[in-house]
Amino acid sequence: MATYHLQTPFSEQDMRQLKIGDIVFFDGTLFGIRDLTQIYMFDQQHEPPVSLAGFPIIHTAPSLRKVGDKWEKICVGTTTSGRMDRFTPALIEKYGVRAVIGKGGQYQQSLDAMQKFGAVYLAIVGGAASLETEQIEEVEEVYWEHLHPEALYKFRVKDFGPLTVAMDSHGGHRYFEIKAEAERRLPGIYQKLGVA
Amino acid sequence: MGDFDYNIVQEAAKQLYIRALTNLPPDVRQALKRAYERETQPTAKEVFKAMFKAIDIADQKNTLVCQDTGLPIYIVKVGSDFAWNGAKIKKCLSEGAAAATLDFPFRGSSTHILTRLNPQNSVGRGLPVVYWDFVEGSDTLDILMIPKGSGSENMSTMKMFIPADGKNALKKFVLDTYIASGSNPCPPGIIGVGIGGTADLVMRLAKEAIARPVGQRSEDPEIAKMEEELEEAINATGIGPMGLGGDISTLAVHIEWAYTHITQNPVAVNTQCWPARRARATIHPDGKVEYGF
Repeated sequence: MATYHLQTPFSEQDMRQLKIGDIVFFDGTLFGIRDLTQIYMFDQQHEPPVSLAGFPIIHTAPSLRKVGDKWEKICVGTTTSGRMDRFTPALIEKYGVRAVIGKGGQYQQSLDAMQKFGAVYLAIVGGAASLETEQIEEVEEVYWEHLHPEALYKFRVKDFGPLTVAMDSHGGHRYFEIKAEAERRLPGIYQKLGVA
Repeated sequence: MGDFDYNIVQEAAKQLYIRALTNLPPDVRQALKRAYERETQPTAKEVFKAMFKAIDIADQKNTLVCQDTGLPIYIVKVGSDFAWNGAKIKKCLSEGAAAATLDFPFRGSSTHILTRLNPQNSVGRGLPVVYWDFVEGSDTLDILMIPKGSGSENMSTMKMFIPADGKNALKKFVLDTYIASGSNPCPPGIIGVGIGGTADLVMRLAKEAIARPVGQRSEDPEIAKMEEELEEAINATGIGPMGLGGDISTLAVHIEWAYTHITQNPVAVNTQCWPARRARATIHPDGKVEYGF
């Protein structure tokens, strides 16, 4: 397990060095998206007004407040990634996204895209929204404002993390491993519990 | 009876929602600390450290620990000697929850089931959820508030077993439910288990089980033993904090139970995420309010 402090934008090489179980912190730009943002991009075919190439995206459910023409953070936390799996391969292949940040992990098609193009899934600690919010220095832009709170958000972050590499570009999948290990242990657990 | 100022109840309902979201119960903090000390996996220890930082920031800035402010649930115990008007109390709970959402302000998570329109105030038809109970020999109104986020609530399960299935089927069901939930309910949390009653009562029992202080055992020795066995079994899975692997997969298993029908043995699981948010108020007849957990 290694710890990395990175800076955005991420290169393919930055991502290829990461292995599941490593811890990542980073500074720079982070884009926030979620369900509707991606339906708008992919199903309704709206091109993002900003390049995502080399940047990480986070599956977020932000609470922001607009004061004048400036957006202020109230509470930015992370939502479950499993719901958004079908969009991830295109985010990586077409738009050059290098890291997906969320909780709960994603599935095989996302893992395949990460392996092919050099990207990773970084697990954040769910429920720890106060920490995430603290690490966001500024909400720099809100694109597609009419979709708020499911718009496209550009955050500037400092020491963002800890993030655990849970899916890497070498086919490693922490959640699949943990599940397989739990299943391997299960007969013994059943036996001890007296339910075998 | 007519003299009682119901604004006190409304203000308490509002404060309870805010307190629950911003100030974690001391027993939950201690349980997380103990879990961290027992944990041996480095990644899992990092996860715990992030949780502690999040709690500290919420304390210092009086802000939300988690952005999912959930749906409000009030468990109300009315003393037999408390002069009250139930309909007015119910209205105060709803208005208090809405006021908390709008005034703090935080995200309203309630939505229409078909149109998905969000009134932005955390309430609506059927919400907040209110459970009523009545206590002999008490002159207070006791309100326990639980905000229930979706990561954990989405993992709720219930099954109607039959007597022939026996108690082992219940235990297996709880363990299997935990494994199927994986990282989604933000482990390590409290696994609330209901056993008995009817299909609806059993889930309410599971919900009341998550509200018990962490690790407080059932008063029934057989049930308490089952809680211990299930804790050990769940921790043996290795699923760990946030499902990323580790020794500590749950803070506690709590079981609440009721008698059931001769042909049934229902079981329900309702999981609470690691921040295990809750807040309590006791309202006295003179209007004095004591807050706690």
